[in-house]
Amino acid sequence: MNRTDIGPPDYRDMLPDAIKMNYGKWKYHENVRAGVLKHVSETGDEVYTVRVGSPRLVSIDFIRDICDIADKYCDGHLRFTSRSNIEFITDNKSNVNGIIEEAAKLGLPAGGTGNGISNIIHTQGWIHCHSAATDASGLVKAIMDEMYEYFTSMKLPAYVRIAVACCINMCGAVHCSDLAVVGIHRRPPKVDNEKVLAQCEIPTTIQSCPTGAIRRNPDPNIKSVVVREDLCMYCANCFTVCPAMPLADAEGDGVAIYVGGKVSNARKPPMFSRMVVPFLPNTPPRWTEVVDVLKKIVEIYAGSAKKYERMGEWIERIGWEKFFRLTEIPFTDQHIDDFTHAVETYRTTTQFKW
Amino acid sequence: MDEDTPLLDELEKGPWPSYVKEIKRMAKKNKAAKDLLGIQELSYKDRVTHWKHGGIVGVTGYGSGVIGRYCDVPEKFPDAAAFHTMRVNHPAGWFYSTKSLRKLCDIWEQYGSGMTNMHGSTGDAILLGTTTDNLQPCFDSLTEAGFDLGGSGSALRTIAGCVGQARCEWSNFDTLKLVHDLTMEFQDEIHRPRWPYKFKIKASGCPNDCVAAIARADFTIIGTWRDTLRIDQNAVRNYVDNGFDIKTLVVDKCPSEALEWDEKNKELKLQADDCVRCMHCINKMTKAIRPGVEGGATILIGGKAPIIKGAYLSWVLVPFMKIEPPYDEIKDLLRKIWDWWDENGRTRERLAELIERIGLKNFLKEMGIPPVPQMVYKPRANPYVYF
Repeated sequence: MNRTDIGPPDYRDMLPDAIKMNYGKWKYHENVRAGVLKHVSETGDEVYTVRVGSPRLVSIDFIRDICDIADKYCDGHLRFTSRSNIEFITDNKSNVNGIIEEAAKLGLPAGGTGNGISNIIHTQGWIHCHSAATDASGLVKAIMDEMYEYFTSMKLPAYVRIAVACCINMCGAVHCSDLAVVGIHRRPPKVDNEKVLAQCEIPTTIQSCPTGAIRRNPDPNIKSVVVREDLCMYCANCFTVCPAMPLADAEGDGVAIYVGGKVSNARKPPMFSRMVVPFLPNTPPRWTEVVDVLKKIVEIYAGSAKKYERMGEWIERIGWEKFFRLTEIPFTDQHIDDFTHAVETYRTTTQFKW
Repeated sequence: MDEDTPLLDELEKGPWPSYVKEIKRMAKKNKAAKDLLGIQELSYKDRVTHWKHGGIVGVTGYGSGVIGRYCDVPEKFPDAAAFHTMRVNHPAGWFYSTKSLRKLCDIWEQYGSGMTNMHGSTGDAILLGTTTDNLQPCFDSLTEAGFDLGGSGSALRTIAGCVGQARCEWSNFDTLKLVHDLTMEFQDEIHRPRWPYKFKIKASGCPNDCVAAIARADFTIIGTWRDTLRIDQNAVRNYVDNGFDIKTLVVDKCPSEALEWDEKNKELKLQADDCVRCMHCINKMTKAIRPGVEGGATILIGGKAPIIKGAYLSWVLVPFMKIEPPYDEIKDLLRKIWDWWDENGRTRERLAELIERIGLKNFLKEMGIPPVPQMVYKPRANPYVYF
């Protein structure tokens, strides 16, 4: 008889001793260098954390490799961060360099702390998802190769969070990231009438469309739906409830770029990322056009923002008009919102810049 | 020449660690991983995904935790024709002993492709790619080793939280304990989908919100404090004496102008009533300023990604709540919300969309929560009021 509903392992069984002994007693921390944190407890204890990057999609042998490091230096414990970095925690300062060196031997750089670019949170893409409009793992690899120096240093005005979602389902906080790449479709679904009949519930399919573009097929002999293409904005919600309406297309699919979002409440409240590039084609394996735009935005931000100013705060200060001028990204009619709550983004003041 | 992957080979170049290297590593000893590599190369050539939509597979007694996945060119890649995902509920805070991780690897070596996501966006450890036949024995081995599956589909998704008091001085409540407790309490809701759509809970220990709870959770718990900042004036003077520009970098950046640097008396003055507890001064002067001692959390609701009606950030529901075991206040509130959503929600309608359709005002009435100014940026400007 198998067991069910046992729940996850109890985290208390997973904590290193130094963490257990100082749990809830932490007093302050320091950023020792990129990738190294020092936490000091009320008890006077110190722990050092070495944070290293990871490709996220990893083999079990990779996991065994990092376990070897943790066994040697960290009392047989390690943790992952919410951005898929790996953290080795030790109460022995002299272990820090050893951990960094052994991780480097595996090709894993120390970094991702402080005012830099941490690992990219991303989704599955072509490696495993049925609704992906772009890849994720490869796109992320291409971006991080180019952002590497910002991962291993803390030289930016503030930290920059990058996220990649392979479709607008957005399985991650893409919509509130400093830089976000989002896979998008640009062609309406192709309805397969025979499959609709076999696989889909028609009322649910009709209701799934946010713009009311899906209707019953007017021919009563065809138990299927039709799509009003002028109303469709390619969200793929219908495809999720009805597999007979695929819309993936090599030419139509690609990515959009969003900037300036944040989730932290520090200084300004959390903000949404805003679209700056409506579409770039998928150009595997390196997505050079996408990477170039992101790199350019980061460099202009780095040169223009004030200390501790997040990308969204910087843009609010200089104004979107100046952002588009500095980055030389063309402003098009697609930048003007025409979906829910669009009017909230229309300017209602004479205050603007040239 | 099915091992020929010229496009993917490009992704082995460059300084960032390569996932292609990882798949190739497994491909040497696992046929499914080898076919996965082939499928990925084909997608790079065709510029579309080669995974089919869905497929109903699972383990006995659950409706969640397994994502069915089939390749659309099975004849070319028979060893990855069925390539299902198992979502494994991670220990709170993503802490592991190497012993438990190695056990996970051994199980996945036996039953799956050997490829994993550490971790998925929801928080689970993702075991990527196994056959239908292997699902049940793999699950049995996992539970034997102390691991259970996480949520998927129209269910409560695996709950996630920040590192919290385990290694952070800013956490205003014990995020790990709360996440573990809620996860254990709501096993049925995680494993047996019965709602209009997905429901996510995330907990951050402070307003820095390291797990992005405000953007990603229908039910968002963000630590804060009810009293005032703790300022160590000697430590502040240390910062200033060491050349830290406190005026430009901290005082001028205070969003509510609650701070003032008294140059004459070398003292950082706080107008406590004006402080909005944003964390900036704490973040920048870690040794001198700390959150207050009366910790708790703000409960917010409705965060989500665009589908269907657009993205939302979570809205303030309860400005301050003490977060202490047995967490009855939170559990009661969650059950009340779920019952109401169950009763009123349409298929695939997230909580925020339902609240927008019916009105926050009506939602508050149903929940028995009195309205307070903290819930809005500003009151309405229009005269179209229901009485």
